[in-house]
Amino acid sequence: MSNTLTGASPIPTRDAQTPAEPVLPVFDQEMVIQPQRGWIAVNVGEMWRYRELLFFLIWRDVKVRYKQTVLGVAWAILQPLFNMIVFTVIFGKVAGLEDHLPAHLKGKYPIFVYVGMLVWTFFSTGVTSGGQSLVNSQHLLTKIYFPRLFVPLATIGGALVDLAISFGLFLVLMLIYQVPPGWGLLALPALLVLTLMATAGVAFVVSALTVSYRDFRFIVPFMVQAWMYLSATFYDVADVGRWQLPASINPMFGLIGAYRSCLLGMEWHWAQVGISTTVTLGMFFFGMFYFRKVERKFADIA
Amino acid sequence: MSDTVIHVEGLGKEYRLGVQGSSYPTLREAIVGVATAPIRRLKALRHGVEQEGDATSHFWALRDVNFEVPRGQVIGIIGRNGAGKSTLLKILSRITEPSCGKAVLRGRVASLLEVGTGFHPELTGRENIYLNGSILGMRRVEIDRKFDQIVAFSEVEKFLDTPVKRYSSGMYVRLAFAVAAHLEPEILIVDEVLAVGDAEFQKKCLGKMQEVSTGQGRTVLFVSHNIWAVRSLCQQVLYLKQGQMAALGQTEGVVDKYLKDATHQNGVSMMRTFEPGSAGNDNVRMRKVQLTPRAGDGTMIRVDTPVDLEVEYENLKGGTPLVLNLAVHTLDGTLVFVSQTTSDKSWHGRPFEQGVYRSTCRIPANLLNDGTYRIRVLFLDEAVKHLYNLDDALFFTVHDIAHREGSWYGKWLGVVRPQLQWTTEQVSASQSPG
Repeated sequence: MSNTLTGASPIPTRDAQTPAEPVLPVFDQEMVIQPQRGWIAVNVGEMWRYRELLFFLIWRDVKVRYKQTVLGVAWAILQPLFNMIVFTVIFGKVAGLEDHLPAHLKGKYPIFVYVGMLVWTFFSTGVTSGGQSLVNSQHLLTKIYFPRLFVPLATIGGALVDLAISFGLFLVLMLIYQVPPGWGLLALPALLVLTLMATAGVAFVVSALTVSYRDFRFIVPFMVQAWMYLSATFYDVADVGRWQLPASINPMFGLIGAYRSCLLGMEWHWAQVGISTTVTLGMFFFGMFYFRKVERKFADIA
Repeated sequence: MSDTVIHVEGLGKEYRLGVQGSSYPTLREAIVGVATAPIRRLKALRHGVEQEGDATSHFWALRDVNFEVPRGQVIGIIGRNGAGKSTLLKILSRITEPSCGKAVLRGRVASLLEVGTGFHPELTGRENIYLNGSILGMRRVEIDRKFDQIVAFSEVEKFLDTPVKRYSSGMYVRLAFAVAAHLEPEILIVDEVLAVGDAEFQKKCLGKMQEVSTGQGRTVLFVSHNIWAVRSLCQQVLYLKQGQMAALGQTEGVVDKYLKDATHQNGVSMMRTFEPGSAGNDNVRMRKVQLTPRAGDGTMIRVDTPVDLEVEYENLKGGTPLVLNLAVHTLDGTLVFVSQTTSDKSWHGRPFEQGVYRSTCRIPANLLNDGTYRIRVLFLDEAVKHLYNLDDALFFTVHDIAHREGSWYGKWLGVVRPQLQWTTEQVSASQSPG
């Protein structure tokens, strides 16, 4: 793919024609259609052949989301920014959590909580809208075949674009609060991949369940809200004391802690990161295979 | 045969009623289901029944379908609504999985179960070409390469940067079909796509489809209600009836069988007799409504068949003139015409004695278009007081004529289909400029 996910339009203007080149068919040469039983492997080859579609679906999501809004992409920044202000007042000042910060972050609670909100907003948007994604695209599901995993993945891709934009604001906050980047920044790509996997794993399961049981439409918002309090968004992972390891079974707990170590130079808690990473991997693969197992019924019940 | 590109063997699809039906399963039902499962098992054990759920809660939307399509052939699939046509297409398009059997498709498949799948109303025409193209399985370079052709075919150049929500429905369909028409599949699966769009464009699409199969050696699987399109495009036809194969083979034979069946199908008939007391009141009782074609083999009504319509009824109250008023409606409720026995001057105004009467009128050839019609029968007295009304006295179908002049395959539009006298003459020669 020549385009990146930063919102560049894949649509050329009328004059910018790409020269003709051999086009490989997207479909298998011979396809056998028959009933399948049990757990079905993820067809990586097929997903690779369809990769452009994933990109177009993400691009459509982003484009449509901001097309009719006045503020457009600014909404991607406003949400975590607003949360940052509210949390700073309530938890930083009123609850006094800003006193728990290590010496080099004294008086910098806003940037501390912003990192938490940045990651959390991505995860919660991914889970909420990813969970709804299959139900919302039932029209597509009943009319055409393509790898179904792309439906929740495309929504998460859209949330990733928002994450990239609000990360820009984080860079500004780094300047304002005089937080210098450290070596920990090298861990950022790995953390991003883990965050994507955790989000996708939950979104796969939730979206598949929502197709069968529409109740999840109402359950998910509660679940996400409770989940936030468990995820070290406005407090430090060290604040939970001896509950640190059990709390890390929630992948977002360990991951948000690791983001702060990586971006703000806070202490690494390797045991927590280890537990959260293991759970993340487990959730991702379980989610993906569960999705594959039930996806063949989607068109019949969607 | 090595050149078979579609091979279908014992294909079937079973639905559990309630799953595919009206309501979504709720979590509560699932939890209750899990919780009561042991009890149900115990009950089943006690009664010696092994099967969970009875046979009536399952139904086969498609069962035991077998056929083969050689490369380059157009196969048509016909059948009434609910016969399993769409299910078959959905299985072959991999949207839903079969419950049994197997299908092998050799080559790149594109399926068009509707035009404009994935079109987003907020996006512009240009953006939707890319989105739709990629959903249909085209690569970006491929769309780039064919972009100009697609735009030219769709005839919407001027509105390319307008969101498609502002398009007229005709423009929308044209753009959508243009993208689909430029797919280069080896196997094309099409469902009723031609039911939309204006006449001119339908013709263009049919032409494109013909070009695709004969010109480029592609195989087309084509579902349609449009018997004309099937007749003119397909070499082989599969006729599905209640999920099973009713006929498979040469187009003419299968289409004829389908049309024959259609005249005998539920509700649509040539004659209806009424049990004593089932239709009527103290004034009038219905006995029979019958249609008799006065041309052809007498079993089928076609557009060019004159038909005698006969109503037999019993007059219970003697002494007053009785008027039979007849109305013919299309299925969507449009009133086609009204006619009544008062046209018969010798009969009108004479008091009717008690007894059984038969009124006959002739519906001339070339009046009704092809389609299904409903007959309403109304009895009035001389003061135009309603004595008895029967809204659905009879349903009947008028079939299309066997051979049409010209090259138009689509549904002939309009409620009536008169044969009008035409003359065309040149009024003057055009002036050459200068």
